[in-house]
Amino acid sequence: MPFIPHSANDIKEMLATIDVTSIEQLFEEIPAHLRVKNMPAIPESLTEMELGRLMRSRAEQDSGLLCFIGAGAYEHHIPAAVWHIAGRGEFMTAYTPYQAEASQGTLQLLYEYQTMMASLMALDISNASMYDGATALAEAILMAVRLNRKNKSNRILLPSCVHPFYREVVKTIVTQQGIELVDVPFDEKTGRLSIETLEKMTHEEIAALVIPQPNFLGMLEEVDTLTDWVHAKKALAIAVVNPMAMALLKAPGQWGHAGADIACGEGQPLGVPLSSGGPYYGFLCCKKELARQLPGRVVGRTVDLEGKQGFVLTMQAREQHIRRAKATSNICTNQGLLVAASTIYMSLMGPHGLRQIALISHQNAELLQKKLTAIKGVELVFEGPYFHEFVIRVPRSVEFVLHQLAKSKMQGGFDLSKAYPHLGECLLVCVTETKTAEDIDKFVTALASVLSCEDHSRDKTEKTEHVRTYL
Amino acid sequence: MSELIFKLSHHGRCATAQIPRHVAQKTTIPSHLLRNDEPLLPEVSELQVVRHFTKLSRANFSIDTQFYPLGSCTMKYNPRGIHQLAMLEGFLNHHPFSLPINSQGYLSCAYELQEILKAVTGMRGVSLTPMAGAQGEFAGVAMIRAYHHARSDLTRTEILVPDAAHGTNPATAAQCGFEVREIPTDKEGNVDLDSLRKVVGPKTAGIMLTNPSTLGVFEQNIEEIASIVHEAGGLLYYDGANLNAILGKVRPGDMGFDVMHINLHKTFATPHGGGGPGGGPVAVSERLVPFLPMPIVAKKEETYYWLTGKECPQTIGRLSAFMGNAGIILRAYMYARMLGKEGMERVAEFATLNANYLLAKLKAAGFTAAYANRRASHEFIITLKIEAKELQITALDVAKRLLDYDFHAPTMYFPLLVPECLLIEPTETESKEVLDAFADALICIVQEAKIKPDLVRTAPHTLSVRRLDEVKAARELDLVYKEK
Ligand SMILES: Cc1ncc(COP(=O)(O)O)c(C=O)c1O
Repeated sequence: MPFIPHSANDIKEMLATIDVTSIEQLFEEIPAHLRVKNMPAIPESLTEMELGRLMRSRAEQDSGLLCFIGAGAYEHHIPAAVWHIAGRGEFMTAYTPYQAEASQGTLQLLYEYQTMMASLMALDISNASMYDGATALAEAILMAVRLNRKNKSNRILLPSCVHPFYREVVKTIVTQQGIELVDVPFDEKTGRLSIETLEKMTHEEIAALVIPQPNFLGMLEEVDTLTDWVHAKKALAIAVVNPMAMALLKAPGQWGHAGADIACGEGQPLGVPLSSGGPYYGFLCCKKELARQLPGRVVGRTVDLEGKQGFVLTMQAREQHIRRAKATSNICTNQGLLVAASTIYMSLMGPHGLRQIALISHQNAELLQKKLTAIKGVELVFEGPYFHEFVIRVPRSVEFVLHQLAKSKMQGGFDLSKAYPHLGECLLVCVTETKTAEDIDKFVTALASVLSCEDHSRDKTEKTEHVRTYL
Repeated sequence: MSELIFKLSHHGRCATAQIPRHVAQKTTIPSHLLRNDEPLLPEVSELQVVRHFTKLSRANFSIDTQFYPLGSCTMKYNPRGIHQLAMLEGFLNHHPFSLPINSQGYLSCAYELQEILKAVTGMRGVSLTPMAGAQGEFAGVAMIRAYHHARSDLTRTEILVPDAAHGTNPATAAQCGFEVREIPTDKEGNVDLDSLRKVVGPKTAGIMLTNPSTLGVFEQNIEEIASIVHEAGGLLYYDGANLNAILGKVRPGDMGFDVMHINLHKTFATPHGGGGPGGGPVAVSERLVPFLPMPIVAKKEETYYWLTGKECPQTIGRLSAFMGNAGIILRAYMYARMLGKEGMERVAEFATLNANYLLAKLKAAGFTAAYANRRASHEFIITLKIEAKELQITALDVAKRLLDYDFHAPTMYFPLLVPECLLIEPTETESKEVLDAFADALICIVQEAKIKPDLVRTAPHTLSVRRLDEVKAARELDLVYKEK
């Protein structure tokens, strides 16, 4: 019996103690006609060895490709120590730290995380995590609307240069409460927001503007101007940022005269593997005046009976288990273990290491961009500074290009043609510190060869219906 | 306890082997966009990091180190082999936007898990994307709204929730823009049917139930509840937190539920990581299939691919930037494969055997069961209201003293309607000896309370810290460390 320790004799003794004759009898309160008859879809059990064989063959199917895709999930080197320690049973198999005295490891780690993340964002406080970057943004928007009770506006300016899937998640979550999301187009030339466009959106009052840095297209926004603009409208600035970039770029709390009010985003770049898109974690930081509207777990430092330092979950009066229908959020389980990994990662990197990784990723991106745009027919779509991702337009269907590249074990980037059809056949390409000069050259050669291939008729035949889904 | 890691920091120190070499320090990024101070991250060596966090880990209780009978949380053994296989390079380095032709390994696992979950829940459609139980609840309630709206039924503004419900139920209903109506529980732990009949009506969008309930008993009137709510035009939401109790025995779909979530980090043994991650797939009956959150894995011939809003225009939308907690979905899939069909039935059987055995031992020792006339499910409640009155010790004191006996405490003070309660869930992976030792510890603690009550009232005594001051923490918020 996998994972069940009972011997026949144990069972006998236990049934006798309960005073029943069979395990079956314990289910007597369930109406008999409701009992399950058959579950044919469930296969026979496997031993660990058999499972290993199966899973290795499945993992093999998805491996061995050089990755130039970013689009919100970034490949970075993860030091061995990160998951060796985060994977210790004491961290991995604990529940939420409800019994503080028996959870000081997790709680102190979370306090250290809150310190690191708040400081990385140059804001006062951080919570202990949300599910992912997209839900963190949704919660930041709900927070902004609650904070804006005074002018009662529930209009949010959500630019289209924010990750398209973040915008979809935000829509799913916040429109349940009747919040209005206003799309703000980006400038076609710069791939960035412009104040002129924003001004046209403010015939009615707004609660907040979402400011991405870098934005989904990789471009760096004029964050100071945008933050000051939204503050002049008496609304909040919500930053959605790549935390890795914040070791190099001006952090949300430093934007404009007063700093962004809330910062959120995807914590994955800091020590979390790509892993098909999760588990990752969302971070959420804010100014201390906004603390009472913060959703999610928060850890505080306190003392024990003897005056010794210790850590507990705090500000629980905001949370679902106390406040129920009036809670700031329904979140309960969050993404604690990923935060543990990130905290270990940030400790290993320190301020210097994190900045070096951000810098070299940026430089590698510039190098690749120069080489790619030297290929005939490939053009850089936006002018201006970017972080470690940029947009190129290719003279053939992106879909065809990506499938051809995959044949040479290359993942060429994210296909923008579905989320931004008006841009044409565009590809979002990412490079990090994980790519060498040879990797970069390999990619350039592969793309050049795909594009020089004469047989244009194959553009069509490559498109089988079911691999064309929008992902 | 360990010092904060910031206290170990020395300017200029770093884990050199982890940092890229030959980085040019000049950049083309305009200077007004650059940061010109350093964030407060520690400057320490690799060994210091390893030692610090290893030490911290040792100040935690966990399933791997202690019995952890935290009611409603199903803290069963998390198989190591599964963890190791989930960390295979092909899974870890797989990008969520890889082409489907480069994702067939992962997609096949996710697809098969969808099918397995349909089979164990008796439902018609599954989406794996919700990232925890509460997000599954959100998806479910949003689907209930979408269903009513699709039928132009716009007057249903209320969600019914029993008073014993977990806090996420009312919080979710409110987050979806509904008003919450609470239904009382009768003295045997079932939903009070008369009260239900009174509040149900044309405003009812649905009801959220846990079965077995958070009181550790099977809701015996479930079919009647289903017919009352359905007749009024409402739908039934099943909170799957307690699915472990009935896995392979009875299915929510057969009980009349329309929509539910499954907490993979409970029933499917994925590690909870000191707070998360979790997994909260939703399963639905036929009429809610069009509204499922995206993406979902589909299969055509032998190829797996993602279904999105394009193919399913009535979907409530996306709930995560990518496709949910994929690594958790993988682990749950592997767990289901290791158990197989018989293994799954055994889960409910032995979880229930363990709970009833421990309850019988505790009752025999004089403890008061909150629902003494009822059969326990996979968990049960004891109430210490008598001990509180006679010995002036609280459930909190007993919970803290249990830590000194090297047992994690049960869930305390939940559900809110049972005074001085401990909700105890042993799970199926614990042996009889552990249950015996735990019962002995509780018996000893009550003895101690009689002879040396202060020992219990000031517990714990043997951990890295003594009892912590939560009031001070909440009054004098200290949420980040500041360098002097
Ligand atoms: C009964 C019940 N419902 C809902 C939840 C919430 O689930 P999650 O923590 O996965 O969001 C829990 C978790 O503790 C629970 O016990």
